[in-house]
Amino acid sequence: MTSSDDSSKTKTSDKKSDNSLAKRFIGLEKSIWIEFGALAIAHKAINVGQGFIDYAPPPYFIDLYKETLDDPNILLHQYTRGFGHRRLVDAISNVYSPYFNRKIDPLNEILVTDGAYPSIFNCIHGFMNPGDEAILIEPFYDCYEPMVRSAGGIPRCITLKQKPESTKADISSSSDWTLDKNELESMFNSRTRLIIVNTPNNPTGKVFTREELEHIANLCQKHDVICISDEVYEWIVYDKNKKHIRMATLPNMWERTLTIGSAGKTFSATGLKLGWTIGSQHLMHPCQVVHQNCVYTCPTISQEVIARCFEYELKRLNSPECYFNSISTEFLEKRDKLVQALKECGMKPVVPDGGYFIIADYSQFAGDKFQSDADDMKDFKFVRYLIKEKQLATIPVTGFYTADHRHLAENYIRFCFAKKDETLDKAIEILRKLKTN
Amino acid sequence: MTSSDDSSKTKTSDKKSDNSLAKRFIGLEKSIWIEFGALAIAHKAINVGQGFIDYAPPPYFIDLYKETLDDPNILLHQYTRGFGHRRLVDAISNVYSPYFNRKIDPLNEILVTDGAYPSIFNCIHGFINSGDEAILIEPFYDCYEPMVRSAGGIPRCITLKQKPESTKADISSSSDWTLDKNELESMFNSRTRLIIVNTPNNPTGKVFTREELEHIANLCQKHDVICIADEVYEWIVYDKNKKHIRMATLPNMWERTLTIGSAGKTFSATGLKLGWTIGSQHLMHPCQVVHQNCVYTCPTISQEVVARCFEYELKRLNSPECYFNSISTEFLEKRDKLVQALKECGMKPVVPDGGYFIIADYSQFAGDKFQSDADDMKDFKFVRYLIKEKQLATIPVTGFYTADHRHLAENYIRFCFAKKDETLDKAIEILRKLKTN
Repeated sequence: MTSSDDSSKTKTSDKKSDNSLAKRFIGLEKSIWIEFGALAIAHKAINVGQGFIDYAPPPYFIDLYKETLDDPNILLHQYTRGFGHRRLVDAISNVYSPYFNRKIDPLNEILVTDGAYPSIFNCIHGFMNPGDEAILIEPFYDCYEPMVRSAGGIPRCITLKQKPESTKADISSSSDWTLDKNELESMFNSRTRLIIVNTPNNPTGKVFTREELEHIANLCQKHDVICISDEVYEWIVYDKNKKHIRMATLPNMWERTLTIGSAGKTFSATGLKLGWTIGSQHLMHPCQVVHQNCVYTCPTISQEVIARCFEYELKRLNSPECYFNSISTEFLEKRDKLVQALKECGMKPVVPDGGYFIIADYSQFAGDKFQSDADDMKDFKFVRYLIKEKQLATIPVTGFYTADHRHLAENYIRFCFAKKDETLDKAIEILRKLKTN
Repeated sequence: MTSSDDSSKTKTSDKKSDNSLAKRFIGLEKSIWIEFGALAIAHKAINVGQGFIDYAPPPYFIDLYKETLDDPNILLHQYTRGFGHRRLVDAISNVYSPYFNRKIDPLNEILVTDGAYPSIFNCIHGFINSGDEAILIEPFYDCYEPMVRSAGGIPRCITLKQKPESTKADISSSSDWTLDKNELESMFNSRTRLIIVNTPNNPTGKVFTREELEHIANLCQKHDVICIADEVYEWIVYDKNKKHIRMATLPNMWERTLTIGSAGKTFSATGLKLGWTIGSQHLMHPCQVVHQNCVYTCPTISQEVVARCFEYELKRLNSPECYFNSISTEFLEKRDKLVQALKECGMKPVVPDGGYFIIADYSQFAGDKFQSDADDMKDFKFVRYLIKEKQLATIPVTGFYTADHRHLAENYIRFCFAKKDETLDKAIEILRKLKTN
C-alpha cells in the first residue's frame, strides 16, 4: 500500500465507523438499573426499587474508615497486592474459615475484587469456552446471563416455580418457590460447565434448603460441573429453621464451588464496590488470571477499612450485637411492615426467608390497563407508571428472567425494604392511596 | 440420562476437573508485577522498580478525603451512577474540556472505571472481534498484549528504535527512540481495528511529537482505525519544548480516539484505582457496554474525593502551585539526580521527557555473567540478582515486549524515580557500590 493509493484504500465510512460493538457484547446493551435508576431520580420517586440502604452504615464502619485515613502509613494510598490486600485476605480467612469448616488459605484461596459483580465475571469468564453451557436459575440477578453470553457460553435457564396453592394465597413464602428436580436433572449434559446458585436469592428471598442444595451438588458431581455460589446476602436470614447453608460445605463440594461475598452487602455500604471469591486453589487460578488481565488490583484504602471492620466483628461474632447477626433483626421488622402493607393494599407479597427484597403480585391493580406486548412487558409498564404517576420506584421482575421465560413473571414487581422508616412509611402511604383509587 | 446411568456418565475426573482455564486466557497467566513485587518485599529491597510514589500524596488529597467522610450525606456510602459519579464526571469535564478544545459531555463522553487498566480493557474488548488486529508499540505497558489476545485479537507489534549514535552515548534522550515510518505504514491493513499509543510512554519516557502523532493519526484515518491514547502520565513532562500533546485534539481525531486517564497517576495515589475514558459518544458506547457487563459501577467515596480534588485544582490550573504543574518540577529534580548517578556508575540512562521511569543499559556490569536462554531473559536474571544480592529492586524491560522482540531490550532495566529522597539516596549508594565491585 503506497500513499498514492490513498483514495482507493479509504474505507467507506460506514464500514467500521459505525464503531460497532464487539460481537460478543451485541445484545447485552440494556440494563434495567440504568433505566429505572434514572427514572426514579428524575421523578423524585420514593425509592424502594434498587437494593441499597438509604441510611447510614453501622457507626463503626465510618469510624474505622476515618481511623484508616489518620494512619501515618501513607503507603496505604499506593498499590497493594493484586489478588487482595494482605490484611484483608487474612481477615476474610479468619472470619470465614469457621463457617467453611476449614482453614481458608488467605493467599491462594481468596481473591478480592471490585465487587461481587466482577467476582461473578471472573468466575464465568475464567471457565467458559464458546459453546459451554451454564445453568441459571430464574429469577436471577440480571448480570448472569449477559456474562455467560459475552464469554461465548450458552445459558440454560430453569425457573423456580411457585406451588399452586401459594399463588392463590394472600401471602406466600419464598420457600414455596422450588425447582422441579426432574427438569433440573435434564438440563445437565456433557457441555455443562457451570451452574450458578444464588442463596439467599435475589429477588425471591428464597433460602435454599440443605436438601435442595444436596440435589444440585449431586448433579454437579455427577456431571463434573463447577458451582458458582452467589451468597452475597449470606448474613440476612430471618428464620432460625431456614439458616443460610454454604454450598462449599456440602460433602465433596469444596473442590468444585466458588463462593462469592460482598463487602457492600455485609456492611450495608453498597458504594464500597468490594467483593471476594473463596475457593480451592485450582479453582481460584482461572479467576485470578481473568482478574489480572482485566483490573489487576483493587483499591487499597477500602480494603484496609474492610479488614479492620472484619477484625472488629471477629471479636464479637457470636454476640447479638455483631452486625452480621443484628442486621437480620433490623431488617425483619421492616420486612414484616412492608409485607403487611402490601397485603392490605391488595398485592400478594412473597415473604422472603432471606435478603432484603420482596416480590409481590400486583395484578389486581393492573386489570386491563397494562398488557405485555412484543416490545415491552406488563411489569415494565406498570413500574414506569408507578414512578411517573405515583412517585414510587420499584423494579420489574421480568428483568430477572431470560427472554423466553419472562412472561411467567409479568405480574410481579420487586420492593427493597432495606430503607429507613421514613422511606417505608412514605411508600406504604402511596400503596394505601393506590388501593383507594 | 437417568440416575441408573450414574456410573457410566461420571466423567473421567481429568476431563474437566483440571478446571482448565478458558481458552481465551491460556498463555496469559504470567505477570512481572507479581514475581518482582513479591521478590522485592521478600528481600526487603530498596524499591525503585514498581511505579508508585513512596511518600504521601499532596496534603489536600488526604484533607479532602477526610472531609468527604465527614459529609452528612450518608448516601455517599451507597451505589452511584454506573458510568461515573455525577460530581466526578462534571469535574472531569470542567478540567479537561479546555485541554481537548471542546466541551466534553459529562454524561455521554466520559466513562469512569476502576483504573486506567480496566479502561484499556473496556476499550479493547469493546471493539476487537476474533481475528482483528491491534497495533502495539513496543516497549508497551505489559497489559496491552494479553488484553488483545483475550479478546481474540492479534497483536501486531512495532518497536521504538534508538538512533545509532544514541546507543553509543553515555546519556541519551527518550526522544531518540522513534518509529520507522515505513514499517508503521506496512502494519496497517484491512484487519486493523485499533492502535494503542502511550504518551508519555512507559517505560521509555518518550513524549511523542506532534509530527509523530500526526503520522499515526493520518494512518488511522486512512485505514479507519481507532486510536486508544493511554495518556496516564499526561501531567508529568519535563521539557517546555516537548509538551504533552493529546491525540484526540489532532484534526479529525476526536471521532476516532479514546483517551485514558488515571486518578492514581494524577494525584500520586496509585491505591485509588480509579480512571476514566474520554471520547465521543459513539466510541464510548462499546466501552460502556463492556463496563456494564463486567463491573457495572465504581466506588462512590473515592469518586467523590477525586471530584473534590479536581474542583480544588480547577481554581488554580494555571498557577505553578497547581499539582498538575508542580508535580513535574518535583520529579525533574529526582530524574536528574538518578540519571547522573546511573551515568556515574557506568550504566547508560535514557533521559525521559515524561513519566517517572528511566530505562538504562546495564550491560557493562553483566559481561558474561548473565545471558538470555530459552527459559529466561538476561534482564530478568540481572534484576533478580540485584534484588537478592544487592537489595535493589528494578523491573526488567523485556517484560514490556512481545516474545519475538524481547531480545532487543535484554540490556535494559527500568528504574522509577517517583520516590522520596531517602529511597533514591539509598538506591544511588547501592549503584555506587556496584561500580566499585
